[in-house]
Amino acid sequence: MAADEVKVLGSWSSPFVLRARIALNIKCVEYEFLEETFVSKSDLLLKSNPVYKKFPVFIHGGRPICESLIIVQYVDEVWASGPAILPSDPYDRANARFWATYIDDKWHPSVRAILMADGEEAKKAAALEEANKGLALLEDTFRKCSKGQKFFGGDKIGYLDIALGGFLVWVRVIQILRNVSLIDESKTPNLLKWAQHFSDDAAVKDVLPETQRLLEFAKFYVAKVKATGNN
Amino acid sequence: MAEVKMFGAWGSPFSKRVEMGLKLKGVEYEYIEEDLNNKSSLLLNYNPVHKKVPVLVHNGKPIAESLIILEYIDEAWEGPDILPKDPYERANARFWAKFIDEKCMPPMWKACWSIGEERAKAKEEASEALKFLENEINGQKFFGGDTIGLVDIAANFIGYWFRIAEEIVGLELMTQDKYPNLCKWAEEYCKCSFVKENLPPKDKLADIFKGIIQAQSAPK
Repeated sequence: MAADEVKVLGSWSSPFVLRARIALNIKCVEYEFLEETFVSKSDLLLKSNPVYKKFPVFIHGGRPICESLIIVQYVDEVWASGPAILPSDPYDRANARFWATYIDDKWHPSVRAILMADGEEAKKAAALEEANKGLALLEDTFRKCSKGQKFFGGDKIGYLDIALGGFLVWVRVIQILRNVSLIDESKTPNLLKWAQHFSDDAAVKDVLPETQRLLEFAKFYVAKVKATGNN
Repeated sequence: MAEVKMFGAWGSPFSKRVEMGLKLKGVEYEYIEEDLNNKSSLLLNYNPVHKKVPVLVHNGKPIAESLIILEYIDEAWEGPDILPKDPYERANARFWAKFIDEKCMPPMWKACWSIGEERAKAKEEASEALKFLENEINGQKFFGGDTIGLVDIAANFIGYWFRIAEEIVGLELMTQDKYPNLCKWAEEYCKCSFVKENLPPKDKLADIFKGIIQAQSAPK
C-alpha cells in the first residue's frame, strides 16, 4: 500500500464509522471504503483490530488506527492544513473531548438500551429518562459552545458535532421504531435545528444513511443481537 | 499569575495521574484533598456531570476526567511531552490509555474484591486484557519509550495499586512467569524517582484494602 493510502473498514450503518468518514470528508481526503458486515468480519479487520475486533478501522499507509474518536483526532492532526476539527484553544479542546467521551460512555448506552427494549416498557422508560437527561445536558452544552452559530464547533462542523452527529439517523430511527421522542422542539429546540444543519452539511449529507434503509436494518439488527444473546 | 487548583483524593490512581502530569510539566498548583464520602460543594459545582475527582481548575475553568486533563496539561504548558509528537504514536497512546481504563482496570479491580465464579470470570477477563499490554510493552523500558508518557501514567493502577491489592487478597494474576514484560515495567516504573513522589504510601493503601476485606466478611 502507498504511504498515503487511506482505507476505512466499516459498515454504512455504523455511527462510529460515520464519524471517521465525516472527518475525512471535512479534510477532502480520498479513501477506499471497505464495507464490512457485523455478522461476519473480514480477516483484515480482525488482523487490524485484534483487541476489539470491531469497526471502524482506519488504515493509513498500511498502519491501522482504531476507536472512532481516536481516528477523528488522528485525521485532524495528520491533515492539519485542512479545516480544523478540534478547536484551537486547549480549554475548548478539553471541553469537546469531555462531551464526546460523555456521549460515548454515558449517553449512547442509554440510547442503545431504548433500541434493545423491544416490548419491554419499563426498561424502555428507564433508558429514555437517562437518554433525555443526557440530551438536556447536550442542549445546554450546545448553547454554550455554539455561541449562537449553527454547530457545536461554531460556524462549521467540529469534533463534538461529529461525535453526536454520527448517531443522528439512529436517533430518528429509534424515535420511529420505539415511539419515543428524543430530539424535539419542546425539549431540545437547539439540537433540533442543529440536527438539520448537520444533516445538510457538505461533509455529511452523502454519507449519512437514509432513514428508511436504517429503519429496516435496525429491525434486523435488534433481532440478530437478541438471537445471539449479546444485549 | 495563572491560577491552578486540583481537587483530588490521596488514594485515587486517577487523581495521582493528574498530579504526575502537573509535576512533569513543573506546574505549581494548589491541591485540595476531597473526602470522597463527603464531597465538597465546590467539587460538585466544578464537576456536576460526574461528581468525581480529579478535577483541574485553571484560571477558574474546570476540566474533569483524568485522561482529558492530562491532554490539557500537555497542551497548556511547555515541558516534557506527555503524548508523543507523531500523530500515529499519539493515536496509539490514546488507544492504550483508553484500553487500560475500559478493559484492564474494571476486571482487575473486580477480581480483587469478588469470590468464587465471579472472581474467576473477572480474573480471566483481566488476564486476557493484560496479555495485550504485555505484548505492547515488549522490548521497551516504558510504554512511552525511554521516558514515561501518557500510557505509563494511565497504567499507574497496574504498576502500583493493583500489585499491593493482589498480594493482600492472594489473587496471583500479574505473575512473573505469565507477564515478565509487565512485571519488569512495573519495577522500573515504581523505581523511577518521579513516579515514586506521586504514589500514595504503601502501608496506607494496604490498610484501605484490608479494610475492604474486613467489611466484606463482616456479618450482615
